[in-house]
Amino acid sequence: MSKKVYIGCGAGFAGDRFDASIPIVKQLSKINAPKYLMFEVLAERTLALAQQLRTKNSEEGYSPFLDSYITPILSDCLENNIKIISNIGAANPMGAAKRIFEIAEKQKIKKPKIGVVIGDDLLAYMSDSEILESPTMEGLDFSNNKITAANVYLGAKPIADALEKGADIVVVGRSVDSALALGPLIYEYKWKENDLDLMAAGTICGHLLECGAQVTGAYFADPGYKDVPDLAYVGFPIAEVHEDGTFVITKPDGTGGLVNEATVTEQLLYETHDPSSYLVPDVTADMTSLVLENDGINRILVKGAKGNTPPKQLKATICCDNGFMGEAEMSYAGPNALARARLAGEIIDQRIQKLGIQGPMRIEIIGGGSVHYSLDETASYELPNNGDYRVRASAIYPHKKQAQQMIDEVTSLYCSGPSAGGGARSYVTPQSSTASILVDRSIVNPQIEVKIL
Amino acid sequence: MKTIDLPVHAIAHARAGDKGDVSNISLIAYLDNGWDLINNLVTEDKIQSIFKRLGSTKVDRYELPNLKALNFVIHNALGGGVNSSLRLDRHGKTLSSHLLLELVLPITKNMIPIKSPYLEKFIED
Repeated sequence: MSKKVYIGCGAGFAGDRFDASIPIVKQLSKINAPKYLMFEVLAERTLALAQQLRTKNSEEGYSPFLDSYITPILSDCLENNIKIISNIGAANPMGAAKRIFEIAEKQKIKKPKIGVVIGDDLLAYMSDSEILESPTMEGLDFSNNKITAANVYLGAKPIADALEKGADIVVVGRSVDSALALGPLIYEYKWKENDLDLMAAGTICGHLLECGAQVTGAYFADPGYKDVPDLAYVGFPIAEVHEDGTFVITKPDGTGGLVNEATVTEQLLYETHDPSSYLVPDVTADMTSLVLENDGINRILVKGAKGNTPPKQLKATICCDNGFMGEAEMSYAGPNALARARLAGEIIDQRIQKLGIQGPMRIEIIGGGSVHYSLDETASYELPNNGDYRVRASAIYPHKKQAQQMIDEVTSLYCSGPSAGGGARSYVTPQSSTASILVDRSIVNPQIEVKIL
Repeated sequence: MKTIDLPVHAIAHARAGDKGDVSNISLIAYLDNGWDLINNLVTEDKIQSIFKRLGSTKVDRYELPNLKALNFVIHNALGGGVNSSLRLDRHGKTLSSHLLLELVLPITKNMIPIKSPYLEKFIED
């Protein structure tokens, strides 16, 4: 039987289930082949928060969930030669490596060899003005705000280099999520960077894995129409990748969830724009030629990936602080509840206008089509007047005090609003805005460094 | 064969993703004849008419016949995007369900997967 490389994914976002990787590690431990466990835990906003933590304390700024993901599986992974690849480094990959050493020491296991990829943090080698002068792809005009984070998406090559240098664990900051899978494949199969079909196959494999259980039946169940067994214990994905770039998506034995053409297709197109042009630093991947085949129960074979020349420039995300969001809610239920919730919304609107705070504001009725309509719109489907509704007001203001004033107006509906309002909740949260820019490879490449600790 | 106007939910499923202020929604047919129907009838204009109210300025449509799927890229539909939207659902994750309900098509019984509750609509009284 020909060689296969196994790649499991234990987390698809910062805050995904902390015990999800345990069945993957158990399954991979039984297999004698190159095997990897990736954790994708870095959202755009997470990085801005991590950058702030590092500014306060130079030891911090790695993923706040590092301990929760790494502690349960570190010893089993090292013992069974399962290599860990993760963007858990966030704003401080060196700090993350240091923390992993501490966990290993506490667990009295041999010290792992950790590869750290540096170079995604543009603030380390570009001035604010150089960053702001870069061509903008999308997002806000940042000229009046202080940049809190600016990170360029790195590709798979540095991860492969770290593995080449003998790393048991590779920690990165910002890289494209799919590189967490493509990196190990480049290393294991010695794929050449100009073999674009293979770069595309590894990228698409990584793209299918990067959101964890979203490819194995999670984010899919629609009871009666699309049923998924045992979603409470959904198995996270494992890819079995062949040297020619074809791969099977499956999940650990004895877990819940479902892998079929429908679950894989939904995830394939998730956060994809033009499917013939999925851009990452290593390749422009074409999904339109893909073919999915059943390969047994909960096994889908993916083949036919095509690749084109990678984009000339690299994408970077920049973040800045952008005021404070106030959000507040109050429930109305029973007879004529919809009318009372709507009246509450009108009162909030009048009170905020009287206060004279300027800023974008939205009032909506939860239960009344809130996610698709606002107070002044009517849902296309009929809403019963008797029911269970919740008025919600949200606004973003430059100052925290203004956001607090807005939510206070909602809380005051307890005694000063329509009949029988209850269950008020309110929050003020700092806001961070992002924009995407393009950076030349000639600026980034000399800064990429792979350290083995 | 008898056709009934039903939400596209009867013959297809969908998932929404976000990048900045751009939403992408896939529309994937369960069966081959459902694919023919959505591929023939679901245009950029049709999707724009559903999402215009949410701010959409432009819709791009992509076909993936191998996967019985369409992918729609809906511009400026997310109230500024996940970091600045005032909506409860800042990512627009629920917009896929909005599409499945609001998009109504002339559907025949044989486009609907077995066991689907929509089959009851075709029971003759």
